[in-house]
Order: sequence, then structure tokens, then C-alpha cells
Amino acid sequence: MVDELLFFMEVLVGGLLAGTMYSLVALGFVLIFKASATFNFSQGAMVFFSVLAFCGFMQDFNIPFVLAFILAALLMVVVGLCTERLVLRPLMNASEDTVLMATIGLGYVLEGLAQAAWGVEVRRLDLGIGDFPVPWIADNLKLFISALDIFAGLVAALMIIGLFLLFKYTKIGLGLRAVADDAGAASSIGIPLKHIMLLVWSAAGVVALVAGCMWGARAGVQFALVDLALKALPVLIIGGFSSIPGAIVGGLIIGATEKVLEVYIGPFFGGAIEGWAPYVLAIFFLLYRPEGLFGEKIIRRV
Amino acid sequence: MKPVFMTYTKKDLINLAVCMVLSVLVIPTFITTEYWYTSILIPWLCLALATIGQQVVMGYTGQLALGAAGFMAAGAFAMFNLILRVPDLGFVGSLIVSGLIAAAFGILFGLPSLKVRGIYLMVATLASQFFIIWMIDKFGWFKNYDSSGIITAQDIVILGKPFTTPLAMYFVCLAVTTVLTLLAMNMARGSTGRNWMAVRDMDIAAESMGVSLLKTKVQAFAISAFYCGVAGALFAFCYLKSLEPVAFDIKLSFKILFMCILGGLGTINGAFIGAAFILLFPVLLNAIGNNVFHGAIDATIISSIEQVIFGGLMIIFMIYEPLGMAKLWENLKQKVSLKFQSSNVKNLKSSLSKKS
Repeated sequence: MVDELLFFMEVLVGGLLAGTMYSLVALGFVLIFKASATFNFSQGAMVFFSVLAFCGFMQDFNIPFVLAFILAALLMVVVGLCTERLVLRPLMNASEDTVLMATIGLGYVLEGLAQAAWGVEVRRLDLGIGDFPVPWIADNLKLFISALDIFAGLVAALMIIGLFLLFKYTKIGLGLRAVADDAGAASSIGIPLKHIMLLVWSAAGVVALVAGCMWGARAGVQFALVDLALKALPVLIIGGFSSIPGAIVGGLIIGATEKVLEVYIGPFFGGAIEGWAPYVLAIFFLLYRPEGLFGEKIIRRV
Repeated sequence: MKPVFMTYTKKDLINLAVCMVLSVLVIPTFITTEYWYTSILIPWLCLALATIGQQVVMGYTGQLALGAAGFMAAGAFAMFNLILRVPDLGFVGSLIVSGLIAAAFGILFGLPSLKVRGIYLMVATLASQFFIIWMIDKFGWFKNYDSSGIITAQDIVILGKPFTTPLAMYFVCLAVTTVLTLLAMNMARGSTGRNWMAVRDMDIAAESMGVSLLKTKVQAFAISAFYCGVAGALFAFCYLKSLEPVAFDIKLSFKILFMCILGGLGTINGAFIGAAFILLFPVLLNAIGNNVFHGAIDATIISSIEQVIFGGLMIIFMIYEPLGMAKLWENLKQKVSLKFQSSNVKNLKSSLSKKS
């Protein structure tokens, strides 16, 4: 009985921590949605692009870790700048769906560029933190929890606190919130919309880079990251598109549910149900609470 | 323009006649290499059919859906099992029934569209994509307990006659595509299509005008999935000649989405233009890579470049012409006909001035 409970705890904690990885991807999504009401479908591609560039800098040019990270972050700022200039500004007054489709195109461009520049083979990314159980926890609590999972959880927590402080207490954060509320009114009182957009896209790029590092260290830096990042979408639906805490809670729910379902129900169906379980969970959420746990109620005017 | 036959104008009938002559007489007489049939014409027809399905739900009804490949897989495997287990049904019967099975999935996964729209719906339809592929993959019955994962498709036999040569398969695809395209055009023109478009343009207004949202949306999803199912069955039996769930992964769904958007949302001919472009462009790019650069560029780089170009085109079309290539084609035709008219006017003027 105790063993079973321990095993359940292990699965649950493992799932929760793996869920923070989804949260990290979802976070970038929320940032952009909050500031511009744009669904950025290319967030997954940004994750792939940024971490592949990071690996490329380190492995092909032998640039040290920290410098390579900074370079990759700068690259993401450039990507943000180009996106704002070339994609978003011309589509300023276009409908939501049009912008969404344009970001699907943007995702394709980023994926293609990354592969053209850095090749298609799987790269290993070593963060110096192994993907194996922490001995201390294994000995004392009898739980086998990966060090990488814990590290990812910590990083996610730090980023949330950072972003929360940014939004709540800085002038930039105030501007961001104003733009999110009403872009027209915000620009009429002198908030530079262009700078805000650039800032948000850069921030989302850096978040993507961090998420990519975590995923890359676990699964290898490869194209499959884009598909993994798609799972951020059910996370967003559960948490709500415009809420940073929502992204975290959504990620935790998805991570925990999919692992528990996989371990306890999966074997009856031949396994691998985590491939679709999050989406079906999202459908149920959509039926009962379309705006998500923390999202703002969607009001459409005729 | 005055309709001459039912609700069709003279222009429509001429278009139809030209298309039929081209596809039935001109192509079979002038194209004799098998490569063109097996790698270009057959997949083009199949994917165009699937794109029409995507058009119904996305272009006409305005619901963002991203699960076309899942429905195609449902159709393909339904076809395999029907031919295997219910041989009396025959090829055409099986094709229709497998379309209907796909339509049942379409209804099931289309239900969330009653509550949500935009990206929310996209996520819900992604569930169909992943679920259907998983289901086929994990339950051995669908694959007749074949452990290799790749099943050879049965030969196509219609009324006791085998259709196994590329040309014969082309005709099978052509016949099915023609019938379903005409049907789709009819639906789009008729009250069904008008309801779809009313829902697309403003669902709340449509509802207050007495258009039932439930009926219209579910109908659109069912018809869309039917088209995708039939297309998937043809795709597996005429093009792939094998059945494997991997062939219908999310990449194919994205491909069909691109065909639909680049071709032109809310147009039937856009489906054909888009499918042709997405299929032919990589062929062209490879040809350039092989002949101009003599293989100096790696194949993976070429496919990456192709991806960049597709994505870039998507953005460009969204900015400058959200209605896609079908609209460009329309504009071109208009310009040409205007040129003709204006030159006619000039001729008239000059002849008049000569007289005076």
C-alpha cells in the first residue's frame, strides 16, 4: 500500500514537474497574447529556432555557454524586431484569424531557416544537469525525481516571479497592461505601441529559448520539439490565454493528468495515450469553461 | 449572366467542358510517362479533394480546423477494412461508406465548434488528428493484426475489372474527384453554401436570421470529413498503395491547410490551384537544385528552403491578398478581358474617326 502510494506520488510529482516544461512554452504564448491579442502559433517554432541557434553557436563555433546564450537571446530580439516590422505592422487592422494564419506561416519560416542554417540532425544539449533521479531525494523520500525536472521547475518559478514583477511594478509593465487593455487608447496617450510590441516579442523569444534549453536537454534538440510545443495549446486552453498563472496551473494540470493517465489507464489501450489525452482534456474544458481557469470571459459584440 | 442549364451560365458549362476535355482527352494522349501519373496527377487529385473538404469547413463556414489528415486516415483505414471484411460492397460502395465513417468522426470532433471558435477550435480539432491516428495505431483490428506497420493496399477492382495501371488509377481518381467537385460547387452555390457563408461572416447575425448554427456547423464538419475520408482512401489506394498511420500525421494536415489558404479561402478552384502549387513547387525546387547547382545544395537544405518559401508566401498572401491564388487568377482574367475591351473601344474609336 505504501509502495503504491509512493509510486503514485512519484508519477504525480514527475508529471507536475514535466508540466512546468509545457508551462514554459505556454508562457511565451501568453506574453504575446496579453499585449497584442495575437495568437502566436509560431511559439513552438521559436522554441526550436532559438535552442537550435544556441546549440549551433556552442557546437559549431565553440562559443562558451554564457556568451552563446546571450547571442541566441539577441538573435531572438532580432527575430522579434523582424516579426514586428514585416508581419505584425502590415496586419495591424487584420482580423484575428488572418493574423493567426500569418503566424503559422511565420512558424514555417523559422523552422525552415533553423534547419537550413544548422542542419537537421539531432543535437545533444548538455546543461550540466543530468536527467536522472536526485540521490538525496531517492534516499530520504524514496521518490525518484529527475534533477532536470526540478531544475526546470525552479527556472519556471523564477521566470514567473520575474514576469509578474515586471508586469506589476515597472513602468514598462504598466504600458504593457495598458496596451493589452486597449491598444488604441494606449497609443493615443503616448505609449509607443511599436516599442511595446518589440519588447513583448523579444521577451517571448527569450522565454522560448529557456523553454527550448529545458526540452533540448531532455529530448535532444530536434524537429520533434515543434510537435511537443503544440501541447502548450491545451495548456493555454485550460489556464486561459491571457493569464500567466493560468499558463503555470494549466501546465501542471496537463503534465500531471497525462502522466497519471498514461501510467494507470494507458496499459489497457496499448499506451501512448499522452499523445492525445491533453487535447481531449482541453475539449472537456472548452465545453464547460471556454475561457479557461484564469482567463477573461470572452465577450463578443455583434 | 443568364443561366442556360439549371442555374449554370454558359461560362460555367464551357469551363466544365474545357476541364473535362483537358483531363480526359488531352492529358492521357500527351502524357505517357508513368512518373507524371503516379507522383503528380494522382496525388494532386487526391489532395485537391481533401483540400475541398478543408475549404468547406474553413473557407466556407469559417471554422479554423486542423485535422484533415486524421479524417483522411479514418477514410483510408475504413476502406481497407471494408474491402477486407465486406467484399460484397465493391469499390465504389466501400468508398462511399468509408467517407461516411469519416463523416461520423467529423461530426464527433466538430461538436466543439458549437461552443468555440478560432484557435480554441483548432486545438479541439487537433484532438481528432492525434486521437484517430493513435486509435488506428494501437488497435490491431484496424490493421488486420499486421505487425509490420505497413499494409499493402488491395487492388482496385470495379465491376470485376482491375484498375491497376497508373492511367487506370488516374481515371478512377478523376471520376471521383469530378463527381465530388461538382457536388461541392452545387452545395456552395445553393442554400447549403449560403448558410455556411452566413455563419462564416457573422454567426450571431446568421442565427438571428433563422439559420440553425447546430445544423449548419455539424453539416459542414460532416461534409468536410466525408471529402477528406474519400480523399484519404484514394490517397492510400491509388498513390501510396499502402496503409500506414504515419503517412497521415500532423504534417499532412498542415500541408492541406496551406493548400487551402494559399489556394484561396472559400473557392473550389482554389483547392486545385493550392494543391498543385504545394505539390509542384518542391518538384521545381529540386529540379533547380539538380540542374542549376548540379546537386551542390544538400536535399535537406532544399526542403528547408521550401518550408521558408511556403511560410513566407503565407505571410505575404495574408498581408496583400488574403483570398489567395484563386483571387490572383480572377484578377488576371479580369485585367486581360479589360484590355480586350479597351482595345475594342480604341478600334471602334479609330474606325469612327476614319469615317468622319
